[in-house]
Amino acid sequence: MSTPTAEMTGEKKPMDLLRFATAGSVDDGKSTLIGRLLYDSKSIFADQLEAVEATSSAKGHDYVDLSLLTDGLRSEREQGITIDVAYRYFATPSRKFIIADTPGHVQYTRNMVTGASTADLGLVLVDARHGLTEQSRRHAVLLSLLRVPHLVLCVNKMDLVDYSEEIYEQIHAEFTQFATKLNIPDLAVIPISALKGDNVVDRSEAMPWYSGPTLMHHLEHVHVASDRDLVDVRFPVQYVVRPKSDEHHDYRGYAGQVAGGVLKPGDEVIVLPSGMTSKIQGIDLFDQEIDEAFPPMSVTVRLEDDVDVSRGDMIARVKNAPEPSQDIDAMVCWMTNTPLKPRQKLAIKHTTRTGRALVKDIQYRMDVNTLHRDQDTKELGLNEIGRVQLRTTVPLLCDPYSKNRTTGSFILIDEATGVTVGAGMING
Amino acid sequence: MTQTHADYRMSQLDQLEAESIHIFREVAAEFEKPVLMFSGGKDSIVMLRLAEKAFFPAKIPFPVLQVDTGLDFPEVLSTRDNWVNRLGVKLVVASIDEAIANGVVVDDGKTSRNRLQIGTLLNAIEENGFTAAFGGGRRDEEKARAKERVYSHRDDFGQWDPKNQRPELWSLYNGRLHEGEHMRIFPISNWTELDIWDYIGREGIEIPNIYFSHQRRVFERDGMLMSETPLNPTREGEVVEERTVRFRTCGDITLTGCVESTASNIPEIIEEVAAARLTERGATRGDDRFSEAAMEDRKKEGYF
Ligand SMILES: Nc1nc2c(ncn2[C@@H]2O[C@H](COP(=O)(O)OP(=O)(O)O)[C@@H](O)[C@H]2O)c(=O)[nH]1
Repeated sequence: MSTPTAEMTGEKKPMDLLRFATAGSVDDGKSTLIGRLLYDSKSIFADQLEAVEATSSAKGHDYVDLSLLTDGLRSEREQGITIDVAYRYFATPSRKFIIADTPGHVQYTRNMVTGASTADLGLVLVDARHGLTEQSRRHAVLLSLLRVPHLVLCVNKMDLVDYSEEIYEQIHAEFTQFATKLNIPDLAVIPISALKGDNVVDRSEAMPWYSGPTLMHHLEHVHVASDRDLVDVRFPVQYVVRPKSDEHHDYRGYAGQVAGGVLKPGDEVIVLPSGMTSKIQGIDLFDQEIDEAFPPMSVTVRLEDDVDVSRGDMIARVKNAPEPSQDIDAMVCWMTNTPLKPRQKLAIKHTTRTGRALVKDIQYRMDVNTLHRDQDTKELGLNEIGRVQLRTTVPLLCDPYSKNRTTGSFILIDEATGVTVGAGMING
Repeated sequence: MTQTHADYRMSQLDQLEAESIHIFREVAAEFEKPVLMFSGGKDSIVMLRLAEKAFFPAKIPFPVLQVDTGLDFPEVLSTRDNWVNRLGVKLVVASIDEAIANGVVVDDGKTSRNRLQIGTLLNAIEENGFTAAFGGGRRDEEKARAKERVYSHRDDFGQWDPKNQRPELWSLYNGRLHEGEHMRIFPISNWTELDIWDYIGREGIEIPNIYFSHQRRVFERDGMLMSETPLNPTREGEVVEERTVRFRTCGDITLTGCVESTASNIPEIIEEVAAARLTERGATRGDDRFSEAAMEDRKKEGYF
């Protein structure tokens, strides 16, 4: 919907993908910033812009309120707030971007955890006038908990503090200090004005003291290909492909999306939980046989031996396989009104396995603002996060979340309502 | 191991394809009776292609459902037949005319066919006992869609409750249903219009030829160019003339406008789309123009 992609202009380097999640308290300027990114990357069309211009002038603004571009559902429009995760898209010649726009509001933690779960990068906004707030710290904590590998702190509304270097440096220092307590492998702090456009796409003339990249430049160049685990082979089997046609009479393939490592024909593999071993005979990508498969490719793997493999099994390397376990120790984010309590039974979905789980213990509740561990409370309420011990009916073939975000995560489902009520990240 | 990192990259289109194939396989594995809703447009053709890849060399393990509005472009129907025959999938047609005749929906003469599709579709889903219906919706299409999940839960009345959606994390989709409920599945949620065109070009797959530039007798209505057809009589003052046009969406022939264009192949269309001044829906879908919240209203009622 914007500038032509490399793929279509026939240039050599194909366009890659960056998924990022945005976070900010109400009024920090998140909608304005997203509106500006879309606007400046020419991802907005005449009719959308006209509608926004009309609404802006009807509201008596003397400027085009770019935040209106990202307004979602009607009820939210009426209340003037955003209440759910929304996804937005824009592209530059080298990259396509998927934004998970997670609004600041009562449901905050739930929304942010959802948005961050698939993000390569987290973007936290602060208002330069107010500096770091309790909420900005919480946003950083959540992004770190979800192991989002790259974080950008945007110090917004610099125009309202006379583009002061001192204020920027102060916020920068304070945040860097706080970040040492967290898992943030890559941090950038960028002074911007979302409203005026400074350092968003174009370099600001008002802040000659800042020598770092603009936000767009950073988003375009941050290196994400190496964030995935390319060492430990993890292939959760989704579906068994058996054509049973004359032409492919004996074909039996295991379809799935590679969650870790690089698979190659000839590799000796183990099928879990059965523990049977075989060799990879071939890897198919539609009608092509390929030499190797790596995350996040969706492929079909054929094995040399006629071993019994079904959905929910996992293919790994013989000397590098997860230990099947029914005792799970995880950080759980609780997402529904009725609190989570010990002895509760839930359905659990982990990779392609589904089973049931019993809550054995809630060790502590974590205060996401202070990182304080509250060991006295034995429940988790809506939007609370805590360390939970589970016993599952089926063994899970899992890794620590810090090693692999796919094999280290699970969701909890209320068996009566069918609703997703919890998100878990396995410790280890 | 570190030296190989740089090599293991996937283009964004390959990543989108992998994500969509993952979704198709999850649904085929977890739902009793899935169905793919085929509108005839480019998005549902891309869905068919992705489904073909997901299960190859086996056939697509679910049928294709089309709502016959009686006002479909003949070119769209013939493309549909070519696809269905080549893939060897079962086609289920739910006809609006039959639904009217059977009293499933009421034609009061004022409601657009597009709206009558809702009742017809829901009835077909219920009658056939489909528990999951793939749709070609994309989140970049329209504001209301931006918040919709990949697995979008529908209650017994086929309704979507935008305020009460299940959280959707990682690539862990929750397909739990109660009796009578069904799930709408949007496997190409994260694709943009340009991605769709890139993919059609890359895969070299057949789409209805009305997407390409051609000569057509058209007239102007509400700022849109409509096709001359007995199904859509001209009103006073509307003048029919021949122009060089193409369609950007394929819907109901009486509501779907075309744009003047000389784009006669995929690269030219991509160029045109990239430089477009109007979003797809705003430009050519009559039924979205009534109000800004029109789409949202129809979705709540169970529209695609
Ligand atoms: N002066 C100034 N105002 C801004 C800036 N960014 C946002 N605003 C204003 O701050 C208010 C809140 O912005 P909005 O984008 O709606 O915040 P959100 O609640 O975080 O989405 C609006 O009145 C914006 O016009 C900025 O960089 N400078």
